[in-house]
Amino acid sequence: MTARGQGLFSYYLELALRSFRRSPGLTALMVLAIGFGVAASMTTFSVFRAVSGDPIPWKSQRLFVPQVDVWGPSERGKDGEPPAALDYRTATSLLNDRRGSMQAAIYKVSPAVLAMRAGSHPVNVDGHAVSSDFFPMLEVPFAFGSGWSRQDDERRANVVVIGDTLNRRLFQGRNSVGESLQVAGKSYRIVGVLAHWDPQPRFFDIVNTGGFTTTREDVFLPFETAVGAGMASTGNTGCSKSPSEGGITGLKESTCVWISYLVQLDDANAVRSYRAYLDGYARQLQDSGATTWAPNNRLRDVPAWLDAQHVVPADTGVSLLVALGLLIVCLVNTSGLLLAKFLRRSGEIGVRRAIGAPRGAIYAQFLTEAGMIGIAGGLLGLALTGLGVACVHWLLPADIASLARVDFALLVLTLLLALISTLLAGLYPTFRATLVQPTWQLKSQ
Amino acid sequence: MTMHPMISALRRHKAGVALIVLQIALTLAIVCNSVFIIGGRIERIARATGLDEDGLFLVTQQWVSEGDADGKDAIERLDTMQREDLAVLRALPDVASVAPINSLPLLNSAAWNGGIGLAPEQPKANLQASFYFTDENVLPALGVKLVAGRAFTAADVEHKALGDANTPSRIIVSQEIARRLFPDGSALGKNVYLDGGGAPASIVGIVERLQTPGTNAFSTSFAYSSVLVPTRLNSTFSRYAVRAKPGRLAAAMRAAPDALYQANSQRVIAEDGIQSYADIRHDAYRADIGMAMLMGGVSLILLCVTAAGVFGLTSFWVDQRERQIGIRRALGARRRDILGYFQVENLLIVGSGAVLGIVLAVGLNFALIKRYEMDRLPVTDVLLGVVCVLALSQASTFVPARRAARVEPASAIRSM
Repeated sequence: MTARGQGLFSYYLELALRSFRRSPGLTALMVLAIGFGVAASMTTFSVFRAVSGDPIPWKSQRLFVPQVDVWGPSERGKDGEPPAALDYRTATSLLNDRRGSMQAAIYKVSPAVLAMRAGSHPVNVDGHAVSSDFFPMLEVPFAFGSGWSRQDDERRANVVVIGDTLNRRLFQGRNSVGESLQVAGKSYRIVGVLAHWDPQPRFFDIVNTGGFTTTREDVFLPFETAVGAGMASTGNTGCSKSPSEGGITGLKESTCVWISYLVQLDDANAVRSYRAYLDGYARQLQDSGATTWAPNNRLRDVPAWLDAQHVVPADTGVSLLVALGLLIVCLVNTSGLLLAKFLRRSGEIGVRRAIGAPRGAIYAQFLTEAGMIGIAGGLLGLALTGLGVACVHWLLPADIASLARVDFALLVLTLLLALISTLLAGLYPTFRATLVQPTWQLKSQ
Repeated sequence: MTMHPMISALRRHKAGVALIVLQIALTLAIVCNSVFIIGGRIERIARATGLDEDGLFLVTQQWVSEGDADGKDAIERLDTMQREDLAVLRALPDVASVAPINSLPLLNSAAWNGGIGLAPEQPKANLQASFYFTDENVLPALGVKLVAGRAFTAADVEHKALGDANTPSRIIVSQEIARRLFPDGSALGKNVYLDGGGAPASIVGIVERLQTPGTNAFSTSFAYSSVLVPTRLNSTFSRYAVRAKPGRLAAAMRAAPDALYQANSQRVIAEDGIQSYADIRHDAYRADIGMAMLMGGVSLILLCVTAAGVFGLTSFWVDQRERQIGIRRALGARRRDILGYFQVENLLIVGSGAVLGIVLAVGLNFALIKRYEMDRLPVTDVLLGVVCVLALSQASTFVPARRAARVEPASAIRSM
């Protein structure tokens, strides 16, 4: 900006300040409207951003969730959707066939664990029984050690990976790899300790979490080891008919669904051949008489899966929509008030135009004034957004509220939104101001 | 009063009028839908569970070093421990009644949902229901009202492993189920078949009202279709519904974990293992309360902004037309006429805004139905919104209009 430009700009600032002083009520009203509108939008946006994020953006397109219809047409919803989880027979068949580059069967367990030393008390923990591929496939971060091997899967080794919180609680955060841990009454060797890991939504177990959860991932056990130990799923078990026998034995034989499954498919070809493989598996079930219906499978990548499972709560979308509506009303309101304010100064504009100010100068003057209101509204909006996010923590369930936070990007976005939207609101009133005819104004005085 | 001068005056402020009309329309559309959402949430929160909620709490605990829950011996051992726990809780001085139970209304977890059929091994159930596995003390413990038949007796109660087939010979159902399965009112004593099974379960009692554990959209479709099953479920964890004596809830909740640990220390009762029913209810509806408050807050801000906007623009117009008002007064218009002029002018503007707003409200509602499966907005809510917006804008016009009415006829000359 040239020196002359700077001089003019500070002149416009002064004019704007003088105008604010002349009608402080109207100015305060506009700043309040912008502040509230922006704050409501940004608060709801902070929640929306938190719940609609991709938990594993660099890889989610290559991770797939298969569904196989073992229940038949009578149990399908109106969209023909097969059950959201797998039964034991399907899960183990898919595992054994290894058609993806990596794959894992997953189910939720909540055992009591006990550190093997005198005077320790058992604690209840949550976690998952998973296949060994789970850790490399999901790129789970380790603080110490690593996951277990496929051989461990096969020989049902008593090994366990524990989370960082449990490691702090039981071992004061030191490297506990190699120590023993009693899990549900049996001894397991710790092979790995995770670094902090809390993916939201819990894309690998949507069926039990619905997406967002405050439950920690404290332990991971080998899938077949947990099944062999009779550890029941503490997640949802859906049955089209009751298992013939109790406990996990009955569950294994039944068509009850309780197992989540993820498979990594690296390119379109792999996806195509996996679909064909799933169809082949379903047809084989049909041929063997286990099912009497045509294959009805699904294979979705993680983003599509999250969408199909309605992980983003409808409330969040509705709130954002309504808050954006509020912002628009605030802008229309500001636009109306600016129009009134600017036109009231027709005389002043007429004089400025008459003594030689070009239209551009009028634009600059009034947009500067609108911009200042925008910035003031933005600053108020920042404070109110902070307050709003604090309220969200108090109002919403912990699993979602804990994800909404104020960060630098949100702050910048709030200011920008306030500034740009106020300038937009000021555009038409300014345009009307530039139309003022100098001679006409002077005559009418 | 003729409308002609008013309309020609408004023509000179096209942009200002258009902005107010747009603002009123948007406000109306959003407020109608928000109020509708709030109403729906309040209705949801206010529905009765059928329980006597005061004085009720839930104990959730897990025994340790019982890795293998399978096998006949394990089941017997787990059942013995469960019966011991029940006796310990029942013996507490502040406790009135105790029953084992897999879940409670609004708990949102551990629900056992299944179908009920009228014929054995029916492929498609007649209706969806939620099962509560419990014992003969369930009615006093939950405070559920029996309206026909009898309660369970100790002889009715069996026990089996969690996950075993659900094949009780006697059940108690909610009135909702009785009415829907047997509309002629003959449910008592009839046989039904659970989960597509082949063994009959006879309805021995009917309770007035009992909500299911789930509160999501799927569970809400059968919110009051509950069945009480006289079966203790045996697993490494158990839940007990405990009714404290009147006024002794806090004392009973404090005493329960200590007594249980004393009886058998090989167990875990987590921090949230002792929950009062008031807490369960609060957790279940937290999102609904939050949503209702958010919508309420947004509506309130909207109405304030719109009221302030109407106030601001009317003030501007009054200032601008001071001379015209003076002339009208000089020509014989009374104060009342000037006041009425601005009020009617506002009514015209806001009225046309409201017409547009009704269209927008219905449009927004359709969009929400399509995208988020919301219900149809009732006409009464829209009309209520219209009345609200009209009243509010009339009120915010009043102050500047009164100022206009006070303009002296002489100002027609003075401001020249």
